[in-house]
Amino acid sequence: MRPFVEPGLSASAPKKKPIEWSWRSRVVRGWVYQAVALLLIGGAVWFLAHNTQENMRVRGIQSGFDFLGQAAGFDIGETMIAFDPSQSYGRALWIGVLNTLRVAVVGIILTTILGVLMGIGRFSHNALVRGLCYGYVELFRNVPILLQLLMWYLFFVEVLPAPQAAWNLGDMFYLSKGGFSMPSPVWAPGYAWMTLGALLGLVGGVAYRRWAQREFERTGQDRNRWLVPLLAIVGLALAGWAAGGAPREWSRPEQLAFMVEGGISATPEFMAVLIGLVMYTGAFIAEVVRGGIQSVSHGQTEAASALGLSRRQTMRMVILPQALRVIIPPLTNQYLNLTKNSSLAVAIGYPDVVSIANTTLNQTGRAVECIAIIMLVYLSTSLSTSALMNWYNKRVAIKER
Amino acid sequence: MRHTTLAAAVLAAGLSTAPAAFAGKDLDAIKARGTLVCGVNTGLAGFSAADSQGKWSGLDVDYCRALAAAILGDGNKVRYSPLTAQQRFTALQSGEVDVLSRNTTWTLTRDASLGMHFVGVTFYDGQGFMVPKSLNVKSAKQLKGATICVQSGTTTELNLTDYSRANNLQLKPVVFEKLEAATGAYFSGRCQAYTTDASGLASTRSKEAQKPDDHVILPELISKEPLGPAVRRGDDDFFAISKWVLNVLLEAEEYGITQANVDQMRKDSKNPGVMRLLGSGTEDTGKLLGLDKDWGYRIIKTTGNYGEIFERHVGEKTAIGLPRGTNNLWTKDGLMYAPPVR
Repeated sequence: MRPFVEPGLSASAPKKKPIEWSWRSRVVRGWVYQAVALLLIGGAVWFLAHNTQENMRVRGIQSGFDFLGQAAGFDIGETMIAFDPSQSYGRALWIGVLNTLRVAVVGIILTTILGVLMGIGRFSHNALVRGLCYGYVELFRNVPILLQLLMWYLFFVEVLPAPQAAWNLGDMFYLSKGGFSMPSPVWAPGYAWMTLGALLGLVGGVAYRRWAQREFERTGQDRNRWLVPLLAIVGLALAGWAAGGAPREWSRPEQLAFMVEGGISATPEFMAVLIGLVMYTGAFIAEVVRGGIQSVSHGQTEAASALGLSRRQTMRMVILPQALRVIIPPLTNQYLNLTKNSSLAVAIGYPDVVSIANTTLNQTGRAVECIAIIMLVYLSTSLSTSALMNWYNKRVAIKER
Repeated sequence: MRHTTLAAAVLAAGLSTAPAAFAGKDLDAIKARGTLVCGVNTGLAGFSAADSQGKWSGLDVDYCRALAAAILGDGNKVRYSPLTAQQRFTALQSGEVDVLSRNTTWTLTRDASLGMHFVGVTFYDGQGFMVPKSLNVKSAKQLKGATICVQSGTTTELNLTDYSRANNLQLKPVVFEKLEAATGAYFSGRCQAYTTDASGLASTRSKEAQKPDDHVILPELISKEPLGPAVRRGDDDFFAISKWVLNVLLEAEEYGITQANVDQMRKDSKNPGVMRLLGSGTEDTGKLLGLDKDWGYRIIKTTGNYGEIFERHVGEKTAIGLPRGTNNLWTKDGLMYAPPVR
């Protein structure tokens, strides 16, 4: 039987009734409410914007976004793309955005791994592992994140040696108050071929896995689904590297008077922010994972062992896929928290977007504009993250047919 | 903390209905309130720092006391609002503070585009570098490739970059929001050098270094940093008073009027300049500014002249130990020069 649907509420109402233009009509009332709400919100926004502008004009404060094109004049200690102080404020802010994204992306990947391991560890049969995971969660999620960041930063700048006397492993790896450095390949066109090869291998690997799945469903014969894709990726990458002239030049860190230069390096600020955020968020994710696993009924585990699956197989093939549905939505929250918490990096001197915007604000005096830019950056990264996670959530959600 | 204040200020700018700009509104507000709200540094020994009882003192603080003495008749009628480098302009613009006396450098951009007027110069400063003695660096030019700790939101950052580029030094800045974080990172050894105005270096060295002698301030001064108070635009009367309070402090030193001898000078001196300054003759300079006749006398009675203020807070007998140098009177080969109070 079809459930009763009030006219005007559902697009699937059987017949379209002509709209009755009266206050008693629910449709018309709805429109009026919405129009009034919209007007009120619009009016409030206009009032705030107008008043701010008017007050700023009266006080002789200049405003506008024209400053974005002016030369910044300040230098940034740590950049992912080249930056010169004669370039614009816009470019400086973009570098800040990239630094924020670097912490967010690397942090999200690492914290997921850590959180999942710690969450699963809570179910270990080994009391020591269980206790360690429990201790980790309780310690790190109950200490404020700002304190943790300061603690990690203090650890780096107090415990490590001065850059003039960096700890050094085989003249390759250096660790000091100046940061961590290690050798890196010098970019050459050959690496483009290598990347292309790896991408081809990836595509081939995915195709192989799909084929293996179809074969498994058709014949019941299972194949190793990691070996062939892995070989394809590594093999084709190597082939591409060889085809591109096999570039072999490495940039090695060197000890200079005040610092270690060359190779790739991470500053103590970056490492402190990254480790702090990963450890803090990881504790929450561990709890999310634990809750997700506990939501899968114990009968599933029993059924899996009745089928002869090992504990590891049960976890990987039976429990986790079902737990994922419960895990994903709160996991998204944690990703957003990590991204937003990265703004605390300003306290320990990491040049993220907030730090650069602060400097910009001070040099140009455009407070409203700079705060708006910060808000826009976090809003758009957060919305993109949740859009991505919602898409993934739809994929793993129970398909009800 | 900082973000909240800033956001609140931005919000306040949005919520308050547009005020009509007429002269005297800030002055009226101060008189009606009975206190002067003065934006100062959160803690810079010698310039503005609170002691264990919460009593503020310093060169910047004394300017506020002098201003309060002139307008309200009592140098203690000041409420101090400690501000970070980022907060300071928004706090002044939005009316959170009446006057910003917070070792702020007078530059064109700030004067022209931030809705404020600089009153004058209370301290001629210049940016320098401090390095650990153990580094054996004798000149800033030897710092090639070094990492430099610096506080954000100051002209310091720009000067550092300019100097680095001009001399091809490839200095790497590590920028901290809070002064304490920047100096803390320097003392822990994260940076080879710390840079700020030379006065700030001396202050930090005397207050925060475990052994002040382990750190040297390099001879190069890489910028001009005229520090001075600033007031919000829109009240010309208040702006005029703010300027002339500073001029009285300077001219009193020129005439040799001190906190100790001001009563006696007021009674005995027949010097017309002194009589004008202290309101002991027939001329009433206060009336022209909308103040009473004794305003100059009260200022000197409260804080002493500029030279006394300097020696009391940052002079060579203090822990800061700065020589008078460019901050001496023009008659003594310094730059301090006040237009005549007449």
